[in-house]
Amino acid sequence: MQTWSVVSICVLLGIVVRWGVSLNSYSGAGKPPMFGDYEAQRHWQEVTYNLPLHEWYFNTTDNDLNYWGLDYPPLTAYHSWICAYIAKMINPEWVELHKSRGYESPTHKLFMRATVLVADLLVYIPAVVLYSLHLTDGSSNKKVSTLFCFLLYPGLILIDYGHFQYNGLSLGFALWGVLGLGLGWDALGSMAFCLALNYKQMELYHALPFFCYLLGKCIKRGLMGRGLFLLVRIAATVLVTFALCWLPFLPDPNQASQVARRIFPVARGLFEDKVANVWCSLNTVIKIRSILSSDSQLYFSFACTLLAVLPSSIRLLMKPTFWQFKLALANSSLAFFLFSYQVHEKSILLAALPVCLLLSDLPLIAIWFLQASTFSMLPLFMKDGLLMPYAVTWLAFLFLSIYLLSALEHCSEEKLRLVAYYKLIFCLSKMEMACTVRWKFYISIAVMAGLSIASVILVPPPHLPDLFPVLVSTTAFLHFLGTYIYFTIVQFSGPPSRKSQKKNN
Amino acid sequence: MAAATVENWSWFTALALGVSFLKCLFISAYHSTDFEVHRNWLAITHSLPISRWYYENTSEWTLDYPPLFAWFEFGLSHVAKHFDSNMLVVENLNYASPSTVLFQRLSVIFTDVVFIYGARECCRCVKEQKGSRDVLIWPSFILAVLLLWNFGLLIVDHIHFQYNGFLFGFLLLSVAKHLQSQHLQGALLFSVLLNLKHIYLYVGPAYGVYLLRSYCFTQHNKDGTLQWRSFSPLRLLALGSIVVSICALSFGPFIAMGQLPQVLSRLFPFKRGLCHAYWAPNIWALYNVLDKSLAMLGVQLRLLKEADLPRASMTGGLVQEFQHSVLPSISPPITFLCTLLSILPAVASIWLRPQGARGFLRCLVLCALGSFMFGWHVHEKAILIPILPLSILAVESREDARTFLLLTTTGHYSLFPLLFTPAELPIKVVLMLVFTIYSFCALRKLYSGQGSLLHPLEVVYLLGLVAVAIVCEVIFPLSPWQQKLPFLPLLATSVYCAVGVCYSFLRLYMSLLRQQEKHKQL
Repeated sequence: MQTWSVVSICVLLGIVVRWGVSLNSYSGAGKPPMFGDYEAQRHWQEVTYNLPLHEWYFNTTDNDLNYWGLDYPPLTAYHSWICAYIAKMINPEWVELHKSRGYESPTHKLFMRATVLVADLLVYIPAVVLYSLHLTDGSSNKKVSTLFCFLLYPGLILIDYGHFQYNGLSLGFALWGVLGLGLGWDALGSMAFCLALNYKQMELYHALPFFCYLLGKCIKRGLMGRGLFLLVRIAATVLVTFALCWLPFLPDPNQASQVARRIFPVARGLFEDKVANVWCSLNTVIKIRSILSSDSQLYFSFACTLLAVLPSSIRLLMKPTFWQFKLALANSSLAFFLFSYQVHEKSILLAALPVCLLLSDLPLIAIWFLQASTFSMLPLFMKDGLLMPYAVTWLAFLFLSIYLLSALEHCSEEKLRLVAYYKLIFCLSKMEMACTVRWKFYISIAVMAGLSIASVILVPPPHLPDLFPVLVSTTAFLHFLGTYIYFTIVQFSGPPSRKSQKKNN
Repeated sequence: MAAATVENWSWFTALALGVSFLKCLFISAYHSTDFEVHRNWLAITHSLPISRWYYENTSEWTLDYPPLFAWFEFGLSHVAKHFDSNMLVVENLNYASPSTVLFQRLSVIFTDVVFIYGARECCRCVKEQKGSRDVLIWPSFILAVLLLWNFGLLIVDHIHFQYNGFLFGFLLLSVAKHLQSQHLQGALLFSVLLNLKHIYLYVGPAYGVYLLRSYCFTQHNKDGTLQWRSFSPLRLLALGSIVVSICALSFGPFIAMGQLPQVLSRLFPFKRGLCHAYWAPNIWALYNVLDKSLAMLGVQLRLLKEADLPRASMTGGLVQEFQHSVLPSISPPITFLCTLLSILPAVASIWLRPQGARGFLRCLVLCALGSFMFGWHVHEKAILIPILPLSILAVESREDARTFLLLTTTGHYSLFPLLFTPAELPIKVVLMLVFTIYSFCALRKLYSGQGSLLHPLEVVYLLGLVAVAIVCEVIFPLSPWQQKLPFLPLLATSVYCAVGVCYSFLRLYMSLLRQQEKHKQL
């Protein structure tokens, strides 16, 4: 069959799954007074539509920052403003100042869900299609399989279409950035990444690899000759893009600094809820928040993050190939997730995106990590009433991706890119390596499934009310740490198999 | 995926599991009153003695399926009580707690296992083409997608809510058994099916004649005509005893209680009108429109007086009893006669010149389509009865593939009004696109090298569906006419689709006659 027809069928199925999930509940549905992220997004529409731009980020009589105040960069605000205009046309009650607080109705839900779908159709899905068709190798069937799995990654679907957020936009822009760099359009790529950064500040998780890759490329071309030209061009693009995004806020320094303060709230503590990162997992053993002052917590976590990011960044700087870039993206976002300050459980999506990029190269590990990342958000899904779509998409992704990418057949040392290390350390034979990895995978999937079922069915003992969330986050943390270590090893081991190296250079 | 071969059925499992997961996503989607119908039947069969099953009328949705289906509900109800026992109380009308919804939806998804099994058996009977390496265009793969991912079945069963997948499973299994020449099993499965839902009586003539002709007569002459001496009474006896015993099992208790007339009156309610609220795209839809246009023309030309016309014959669009104003009114016996006449040639042809199980399958499709075209109070959902068996023929012959594409596209589109809620609009549009794109591309590739599959005029007709869809689903609801003439989109849909369905019916008949010609020449 022609590729276009298979691709369009895959995309359409991706849309059906997204819409199927969106029929379910959203965060904070019918839970006054604060509701949830759905209300936050609606509130931003209300604020941006009714208030002048210079009041958006300030606490005024009409803008109570304690009630879902705007805390994302300007692009998010502009996006809310556009959505608000459309909302106003359909039903003015949806964005009426003050009166629309906590507005909920089936039609409004339909509208909000549709805005997410439109954003996805415009930004995320085209980027995924282009990436899978142009930057992965293999037969056209394999490319389409990768595309299908990429589109079906449950974590993003459940957060965007269930919980309610617009991660598809920020991740989509970042993906366009990756696409630009991969195809050699460095300036366009960096512009797309700047847009991502200006949509959600969390995209900083990906910033270092972008920076190192481009800098490394310039150095390789010779900082005195063509490299310098490239560097200037990229720097100019970045500056112009940033300036355009911040244009309305720039004239008044007060404005810009207030926006920056809103975006980086350092006062909120090392971590909230149960996040599958180092600090939260360490908390079960050492109460780190009571030992260190909040300032030293900040510096300590900053130092740890830097330490964790450095190896992959330096390696990328020395060896700026696309393969290294993809690995560095995964490593850097994982390092930020594991060690940085004030991490949300949803931030794992930032690490999931680069891992999705590796679906065709390292299928088993990628699927494994993606399953764990979706699993790590289980407490959130339970709170939002998304258990059924969680179970369905989790199982469907597990089954379909393993089948389509024949993941279980690709776990010899060579396929896992671990030849040198395993020969050095374990002296295991080929068969055993593949076998142990497979068994570890089965056991880990069984543990995740078991814990999911247990958290739904069992009642925790009264003196340990958080038993299951803690178990979930610790299990997920172990997976994330393991993936981080694995990707670092792969990044430092020799170049990938000859075929992909040829492609990437 | 690359390693898959014809013998390795892992791709079939993937298709079946994939579609089952998709079905699970629609659990919280809109469901129609059929949901309450089946909940009520669960309650009736669970909490009342058998003697009351066909008398109970607390709910307006009385039990009107044959007894085996009632037993099926009875079986389900024993699982249901572990989910939420309140749904099993007859007085709890319109009860739809989350666990009730979950249970009912899951019951449809799980009983679809029968359908998956039936589809698999059918895929095994398909003649394989050697040589092609792309799994996506193997005939058996295409057939599996056409059956398992059938758009109509997905929205009717898993959004609208019914148990058609389970029932079609029996039909497909029985067809597969005939294709494998295991006629007794086929007959057994079909009689079970008839006792689950009597709508399948429509295809009964094909079964009866085929079994009598090709099973009870063991030989025929060289020119294909009947050899009377080869009649085997033993086979007829075996066949008869199977059918009779299944019916006895099903209806026996009610006959013993003397309730047969009551049961039959529930099964065959002739009090309904010629057409359903939404006209199924058949000949009567065209007839109604012709009548109405003639009436309007008459009024315009002053040949008729507006006062003489029957009141409100059309304005509601939801009026059950339909009075024709110019053309003669249609009564049930007329539709019955028309149906009989329409299927007679097909049935006669398999009696005169049997062409094996494939000829039988063609006759079955014609019977189903004929009764859809001319039947009394036909539901639009009944279009699935010809579509699914036709899928099998479509992957084996180019001509049938052409008819299949026309019939499924129009038939499936005619199901659109079933889901009228805005939230489900993207689902129905996208699923329809998925199915249509796949069936067109796969069948075209399968018969590549033999010219284009469809005639340009047919392509234009099908593209017209897109225009109809845009007008009916998007433009019309936003226009001021929505208030004044709410029935207009339904009317346009059913008339436009009726043309395509009628055309497919004629094409199918032509292919039957052509096969006869070919047979004669040999």
